Amino acid sequence: MSFLGAVIDGVLLGGYYAMIACGLSFMFGIMKIINLAHGSLAIVAAFMLWTIAERLGYNPFLALIVVLPAMGCLGWLLQRAVLERSARSGELVPILSTFGLAIVVENSLFEYFGADTRSLAPYVGSLSYDSFDIGAGLYVGELAVLTFAVAILLLGGLQLFLTYTPLGCAIRATAEDPDTVELVGVNSRFVNAVAAAIALVTVGLAGLFLGLRSSFDPYVGSMQLIFAFEAAVIGGTGSLWGTLGGGIVLGIAQTFAAHLHPQGFLLAGHGVFLLVLVGRLYFSGHYLRALLKLKLG
Amino acid sequence: MSLLSISALDIRHGLLRAVREVTFQVGQGETVALIGANGAGKTTLLRAIAGAHRASRGQIHLDGLDVTSMPAYQRVTMGIALVPEGRRLFAAMTVEENLQLARASGRQGDWTVDRVMDTFPMLKARRKARCGTLSGGEQQATAIGRALMTNPRVLLLDEVSLGLSPLAVDLVYKSVESLIASGATILLVEQDLKRSLKVANRVMCMLEGRIVIEGDAKTLTREQITDAYFGHHHKRSQAEKAS
Repeated sequence: MSFLGAVIDGVLLGGYYAMIACGLSFMFGIMKIINLAHGSLAIVAAFMLWTIAERLGYNPFLALIVVLPAMGCLGWLLQRAVLERSARSGELVPILSTFGLAIVVENSLFEYFGADTRSLAPYVGSLSYDSFDIGAGLYVGELAVLTFAVAILLLGGLQLFLTYTPLGCAIRATAEDPDTVELVGVNSRFVNAVAAAIALVTVGLAGLFLGLRSSFDPYVGSMQLIFAFEAAVIGGTGSLWGTLGGGIVLGIAQTFAAHLHPQGFLLAGHGVFLLVLVGRLYFSGHYLRALLKLKLG
Repeated sequence: MSLLSISALDIRHGLLRAVREVTFQVGQGETVALIGANGAGKTTLLRAIAGAHRASRGQIHLDGLDVTSMPAYQRVTMGIALVPEGRRLFAAMTVEENLQLARASGRQGDWTVDRVMDTFPMLKARRKARCGTLSGGEQQATAIGRALMTNPRVLLLDEVSLGLSPLAVDLVYKSVESLIASGATILLVEQDLKRSLKVANRVMCMLEGRIVIEGDAKTLTREQITDAYFGHHHKRSQAEKAS
């Protein structure tokens, strides 16, 4: 094993985790909604892409033209039908309702598509196993590089959008104080629906890379949710760049541990996550208080 | 015709009737001060006019148009702007972002970030500062500036002097006076009677959800107002009825 190779692999894997976590981090950090249906919704996107590729014969990248707007509409609907209503009853209620939604989504997918394992890899030629020779006997997967690049563009683009555009500003303000934002002329329901639509468009992209990278069935959403959560939490909530950092930390930890022991892959990921979480609680009473406030409120 | 017209307005907080059958008008270019003890219903009334709280009965008209069932953000587009009690700025955003946000209303007019800076010179140096780091006076100026950025026809000011040092209050009121001089229509809630009488054309005093006395700021005496404020007025007339 080469040390450098493991680092590069870990960083690129981190890009994938950041991609998966992007929508979750956006909803969690900016809209203050914990969406437990996040993983299942990524699987919905993957199945949509698979259906278009399998039945109509289009390349999954081309199918995004249809699937991303569809995910955006789904986000709009999700906000209006589920999140908005449940958020009104307190900040813990959306967790319950999205948990329920995840169960409904998973079982509906199972009902329709069955238990077969699918993948998007066969529809993109040799992309999923081709690699670049970067010298010194090291190779990096083309797909991994592409995933990493798209993750940077996505997270960076979103961060710039939130910081510099009027709509991004309105999204941040609405998250901070939805009542007051109405008093300065912003339609908070509209802004939240747009934000949810944006979040689900990123979930659509996550679904594509998930499907290209590995195989999926209706029930793998929850595993993806865990990775997404870990990346978002390690990176610190509310910062999209932090999510990229969190993904990379998670990716490097998993890659190194996998080299040491085959079972180490998952274990190291969860270990780093717990370490960061406990470390934060230990070093600043602030997080502990925030956690207690969340529980009491 | 009056610019803002409130008729028989009832507002409830659950079972409490916080505002009871309130009727009044505000004319173009007029400054009206709303005074009264804590809990009299002043803030609730302002919030209902801005649309942050729904009225249970009665109507609110702006320039003859019924806005009673409009959501708050549409009323801003119509030209009603509220500077809420406690400022309610977006603390994580900069002064400039707070001001720019108010552009969302889409109302045309001559208020720009630069003009707000000219009206409140203390904000010039703090333009890129996060609102959470501002002093009380600077926050209040930003909150008023944010409301002005929507180019309102009626400006509702809710306790702009609350929690400010006397010096900061003077500065804020200097700016309010320059707004009044420029012909703005203002409805303000203020605890400080002397200040209200100084800036307003007309004074209304609320007690337990009702307007108990209303009159010209020049002709009403301090005594008449304090009587109304503490409800002596009310008790006296009840005593007369009983006897």
